[in-house]
Amino acid sequence: MPRRSILKFLNNKFTAYGIAFIFLIISIIMGISIGTVSVPVLTIVKIIGAKLLGISISNIDPMNSSIVLNIRLPRVILSGLVGASLAIAGAAFQGLLRNPLADPYTLGVSSGASVGAVITLFFNLSIPFVGFFTLPLLSILFSFLTIFVVLTFARKIERSMRVETIILTGIIFSSFLGALISLMIALTGDELRQIIGWLLGSVSMRGWEYIKIILPFFIIGSAVLLFNAKELNAMSFGEERAHHLGVNVQKRKLLVLIAGSILTGAAVAVSGTIGFVGLVIPHLVRIVWGPDHKHLLPLSILIGSGFLILADLISRTIISPTELPIGVITALIGAPVFAAILLQRKRMERS
Amino acid sequence: MEMLSVQHVTGGYTGEAVVKDVSFIVEKGELFGILGPNGSGKTTLLKMLSGILPIQQGEVLIGGEKIQSYSPKQLAQKVAVLSQHSSQSFSYTVKETVSLGRYAHQKGLFQTWSGKDETVVQQVMKQIGVSQFQEKHLQELSGGEKQRVFLAQALAQEPEILLLDEPTNHLDLSYQKELLDLLKQWTTEKGLTVVSIFHDLNLAGLYCDRLLLLENGVIKINHVPNEVLREETIRDVYRTNIQKHPHPKVAAPQMVLLPEIQKAAEEIEINEKMLHQSDEFILLKAPFPLRTMSSGVIGAGTGWHQLFVNRHVNKDYNCDDHKAEMASFLRANGFEPSETVGMMTAVYLEDVEYQYHQTDEFSIFVVVTAGVGNAVDPSKSGQHTFEMVPGTINTWIFVNGELSEEAFIQSIMTATEAKAKAMVDLEVVDKVTGTIATGTSTDSILVAAAQTGKYLEYAGTITPLGKVIGHAVYQCTTKAVQKSRRRKHL
Repeated sequence: MPRRSILKFLNNKFTAYGIAFIFLIISIIMGISIGTVSVPVLTIVKIIGAKLLGISISNIDPMNSSIVLNIRLPRVILSGLVGASLAIAGAAFQGLLRNPLADPYTLGVSSGASVGAVITLFFNLSIPFVGFFTLPLLSILFSFLTIFVVLTFARKIERSMRVETIILTGIIFSSFLGALISLMIALTGDELRQIIGWLLGSVSMRGWEYIKIILPFFIIGSAVLLFNAKELNAMSFGEERAHHLGVNVQKRKLLVLIAGSILTGAAVAVSGTIGFVGLVIPHLVRIVWGPDHKHLLPLSILIGSGFLILADLISRTIISPTELPIGVITALIGAPVFAAILLQRKRMERS
Repeated sequence: MEMLSVQHVTGGYTGEAVVKDVSFIVEKGELFGILGPNGSGKTTLLKMLSGILPIQQGEVLIGGEKIQSYSPKQLAQKVAVLSQHSSQSFSYTVKETVSLGRYAHQKGLFQTWSGKDETVVQQVMKQIGVSQFQEKHLQELSGGEKQRVFLAQALAQEPEILLLDEPTNHLDLSYQKELLDLLKQWTTEKGLTVVSIFHDLNLAGLYCDRLLLLENGVIKINHVPNEVLREETIRDVYRTNIQKHPHPKVAAPQMVLLPEIQKAAEEIEINEKMLHQSDEFILLKAPFPLRTMSSGVIGAGTGWHQLFVNRHVNKDYNCDDHKAEMASFLRANGFEPSETVGMMTAVYLEDVEYQYHQTDEFSIFVVVTAGVGNAVDPSKSGQHTFEMVPGTINTWIFVNGELSEEAFIQSIMTATEAKAKAMVDLEVVDKVTGTIATGTSTDSILVAAAQTGKYLEYAGTITPLGKVIGHAVYQCTTKAVQKSRRRKHL
């Protein structure tokens, strides 16, 4: 049976990582190569190679070199990091809450982070000694506060914390925080188009500075989650079950929530709210390669970053020269997937 | 060796104590059952034993150490839990699920999967019988299979104590038995200590070594099943009408519910009008099932029967499997063997003798067929060779009243004594020994009671019931033997 052998091939973990890597590499190359000025793949390799090795190659167009190094490469890396952060955070939230519909966006965490970012940006806050890390730190703080309040509130409504209850609570908080942001913006009286663009998410014109902002948080957050993969497996059978299996539930839960908030907060700080990445990617990975978090988390990183690089590519080329906010693209793909998961769950419950 | 010691434990959810001052000890290798009506604190107690709920007062010692002194991982190596049902939102495979049981045994930051982990998981899956579908997804399994997978997961923890919360809930009958047989086997063979909540008193009585009965968070009794499952205790705690019965095969008590249904046909009496006679058999057809105790070929022992057949067979009747032959005879005549008490006799059925006796409060109806061709003196029966011949004195006693278990047995004794006296008075002789006989070698008896009307607790020879039984059986037997003798002299 060819179908079975295809499945077996896909299920092999080496194959899984291989496919995910190739997908990411292709996305990166496409992201750098395609645009108003198209840069040949060989040139890209040469430019990056030269830069990495610290040698200068004479026969490269300096304009190409500038486009690649100063505009497209940082943009691709940033969107990759944001996609990776959101995807792994989504995967972790889903495992922890036993809820395939959870993601930073549906839980309201992204909105919380936005509030933190907006406060920093529009009031020009700067915490002494941390400098430009004020933005991500405040975003992270607000993400954590939001997830904490959302979960407490959901538990108040219903002790068993049904999937739908958590999502509803997340949406309520999202709307409330969104309104809060609009209010702040209206009061500051800035130009609206730019702000809305930011709110819908964008990775354009951010440069290397923003990569420096997100990278450390991405590394810390992902590392914490990867080290808690087994615990997430246990907790996706319920907190009591995890406790019986020997997991220190309170501690691990807090760690996962903090790591998820760090990832979400940092991603929102550099790119605004980009929805549904954390929902679609883990779901897709789970369908193809199974729910084991040991593989689900790293594969979500790879696929998530590739996915957002492609989404960004589409957003800036589809109605070129105008750029769409990247959040529009992810929502166009993500919302139908969200609906599909909801339908599938209901069908499963009924059967 | 005491595995689990609970000392004056009080606890529950925030504020109110659901479990109050509970103390008990469970030994290694015991299967210990916790019983109690809804809301009596069973689950709360179990949650405190598994470390999910905090203990407000008292101590829980596991292997001699306080439960609080264990880290979650250490505790999971000692105690595993199987709950009623487990939620699963993602489709893990069976093997992935069982493998999670090894979490507590994995060490280091990377928690690597060792060869021992793999061995234990494979072994447990094999023993529980889930290894053949280890690559299947949980969602594809039936309820019983899922429960077995989670049992395998719990056992993969290699625990010393297994806590279960109504493990057989939602399971089919065959899975219930399978699961409990498996647990019993692990306790006896591997010394696993099992503490389980039971909803089903009969299952608990069958499998547990000891039972703890909780009432309103307090221990009512902690003892062996036979002591805990007492009618008065259970009636009291569960506030319902039940009756205790011995298990037919195992030394375990079983409780049956007594439904509050009014019996119809209370006014109908068993008497000669229901007796039908032919050359082939005597039939008594009761209008409703009667509680019986008998030694018939069919329907022996205790039971509920509606049809009573005394069948005539030839003196030389011989059959390898006379029970099966009798059953097919009954079926051929339109009687359902499961509803029938059937006897055989070589006596001519027209010599049947019956009597109806009425007292102020109850009545009896006695039917006897008798022949004394192979009469035996039981005090010298050693001189006889063993040979099954069709019964020659068959005694039926129908009582229109309610008999206790004692009364059933005493009725049989009284009837037997009356029969023996009749034989003595008729000077029936054992042909082999030449002495006075008391009956034949294959006599049969039936006591059948309507179980409505007057409650008759005793049937000894001088009780009201014993008096009429003794009188009626004596007279019927005497007359029946005389008839049979007359026929021989003809």
